[in-house]
Amino acid sequence: KEMTVRDALNSALDEEMSADPKVFLMGEEVGEYQGAYKITKGLLDKYGPDRVLDTPITEAGFTGIGVGAAYYGLRPVIEFMTFNFSMQAIDHIINSAAKSNYMSAGQINVPIVFRGPNGAAAGVGAQHSQCYAAWYAACPGLKVLTPYSSEDARGLLKAAIRDPDPVVFLENELLYGESFPVSAEVLDSSFCLPIGKAKIEREGKDVTITAFSKMVGYSLQAAEILAKEGISAEVINLRSIRPLDRKTINDSVRKTNRLVTVEEGFPQHGVGAEICASVVEDSFGYLDAPVERISGADVPMPYAANLERLAVPQVEDIVRAAKRACYKSSSLAASA
Amino acid sequence: DSTTLTIETSIPFTSHNCEPPSRTLETTPKELMTFFRDMALMRRMEIAADSLYKAKLIRGFCHLYDGQEAVAIGMEAAITKKDCIITAYRDHCTFLGRGGTLLQVFAELMGRQAGCSKGKGGSMHFYKKDAGFYGGHGIVGAQIPLGCGLAFGQKYSKDETVTFALYGDGAANQGQLFEALNISALWDLPAILVCENNHYGMGTAEWRAAKSPAYYKRGDYVPGLKVDGMDVFAVKQACKFAKEHALKNGPIILEMDTYRYHGHSMSDPGSTYRTRDEISGVRQERDPIDRIRKLIFAHDLATEKELKDIEKEVRKEVDEAIAQAKESPMLEPSELFTNIYVKGYGTESFGADRKEVRTVLP
Repeated sequence: KEMTVRDALNSALDEEMSADPKVFLMGEEVGEYQGAYKITKGLLDKYGPDRVLDTPITEAGFTGIGVGAAYYGLRPVIEFMTFNFSMQAIDHIINSAAKSNYMSAGQINVPIVFRGPNGAAAGVGAQHSQCYAAWYAACPGLKVLTPYSSEDARGLLKAAIRDPDPVVFLENELLYGESFPVSAEVLDSSFCLPIGKAKIEREGKDVTITAFSKMVGYSLQAAEILAKEGISAEVINLRSIRPLDRKTINDSVRKTNRLVTVEEGFPQHGVGAEICASVVEDSFGYLDAPVERISGADVPMPYAANLERLAVPQVEDIVRAAKRACYKSSSLAASA
Repeated sequence: DSTTLTIETSIPFTSHNCEPPSRTLETTPKELMTFFRDMALMRRMEIAADSLYKAKLIRGFCHLYDGQEAVAIGMEAAITKKDCIITAYRDHCTFLGRGGTLLQVFAELMGRQAGCSKGKGGSMHFYKKDAGFYGGHGIVGAQIPLGCGLAFGQKYSKDETVTFALYGDGAANQGQLFEALNISALWDLPAILVCENNHYGMGTAEWRAAKSPAYYKRGDYVPGLKVDGMDVFAVKQACKFAKEHALKNGPIILEMDTYRYHGHSMSDPGSTYRTRDEISGVRQERDPIDRIRKLIFAHDLATEKELKDIEKEVRKEVDEAIAQAKESPMLEPSELFTNIYVKGYGTESFGADRKEVRTVLP
């Protein structure tokens, strides 16, 4: 059986709302409009306006209210129409949500989920195309999850809603319509994935590729191409950026001795940089080649289609980097 | 003593979009004496914190509340511990009002285990969740939407209780106040926004920061009440009124006209942007403790000596708490890594030298 990521997210919300009356949804257009991207479709009809709340376009206000409700013991799920808009409310995510349990020595925990599409969509320009994984993952107190498939979307969102701590849940607009095979286990309402555990999507022995969200799909495509050229790539779907599954990453690198990190975000101080540091610290002696980083270009996202394509990683970038790590290519330095 | 005394608030309430409550109210000798003692205790606590800070036993930021005691005390007298309070960083007395102890206050200020946040929060981050006190917030204005969120929780849970979200005149101009107020009004949340107008946001006089310093009117479509925040009975009357209003009709703003004797924080002598005459004038004419003292004498409830004795007792209580706080041990280094998460899932966390200090979060 197949399921779209959109339906996976919708069913996860539905099941968790049905299981726990403390769970409620709040955000712009989540109710009558059925969700800007239809993730919350049908939930207003099913659960009513007390539990599915349309807000004004005022992120600081409704995010703060969500965090306050979580202080009180409710389990809010706050939708950002895109995570770019979460910048208007980042103080409440960082200072009000992430730090409260620590500052209060455990008195005030904050069981809240901030979710919505993150990173680049298509043709929406610089202010609507940033990946915030590295930003939020830099902050202790937050958990940052990045689903790729429908299985991830269901299992991780259910885990996030049940979690007693604040979770930033970064979806990808371009994945919403994609279908993935799902097992009966994944479809069961008790299904839940562990937070902080990566998934090896494809086993390999020559090079490790780490990726999250949409880039997992690109990395799997790259692995197909590499396989035809005799390179066996192991693709790790990170699933969780914080906590980061350093063990799975390092175990894999110790096996393959080569690493390519892939992300859509900016390169500087990015997720790839942290993974690279972790591997250099813990598995330096196992590395047979310099670590390769594939990332979004170090520029604000351009609008023009041809430039936009140059600003986000493509499958061929991953293939090239993997070959470089395996010394299977001559110097193919991109001459932009 | 079950006598009731009928008294009047210092001045009438000024209202915006609502009928103000009566300025005539009833009290008892017991309540008057309690107000005197509780406010004297707060005053003494803050003066002691000032000394401890100067003796370098308190670090970092420390914002004192002396002068504003009537707001904390009057508010508590009107509500229950099921109602919630959230405030900014000037939070010592609000915490005490919610039933926190002097030991918890001083130990927290000194970063000791016996502190209300085990020493991990500091002056600005006191909490007492079991008595509905949700902090203690260091980012100006952020506590207002958070307070409206607590009110959302109360309404969602059908608890028939309210939240008081306190903020200063500095925060009164923040955008998130208006965002949260709009939503609270749309959803009829039982939120009471209490502007403690001490007339200076740090060193900026209200009229230099606000085009309209009539904060009780700034909610536009939300009713408001201007209250003499130096009169504990006016505060009590206003908070009682506001609670009833909020449960029935949603949010309301209370502007408490108050004054802080200390500077903004310990690094501020409090005298560059206001005159010493202004401060001593308020002390002489509007001091909240003095007002109660006069009422006590007017009703022959105690002699000067008896009040002096109470002040001595209070002083002793504070001194004893400080001595106890000093005995409280410093935090174990392992506490560095506790309370980051409720569930850490066994992930690793690192110290400054990650090869030297790394731990697994429970």
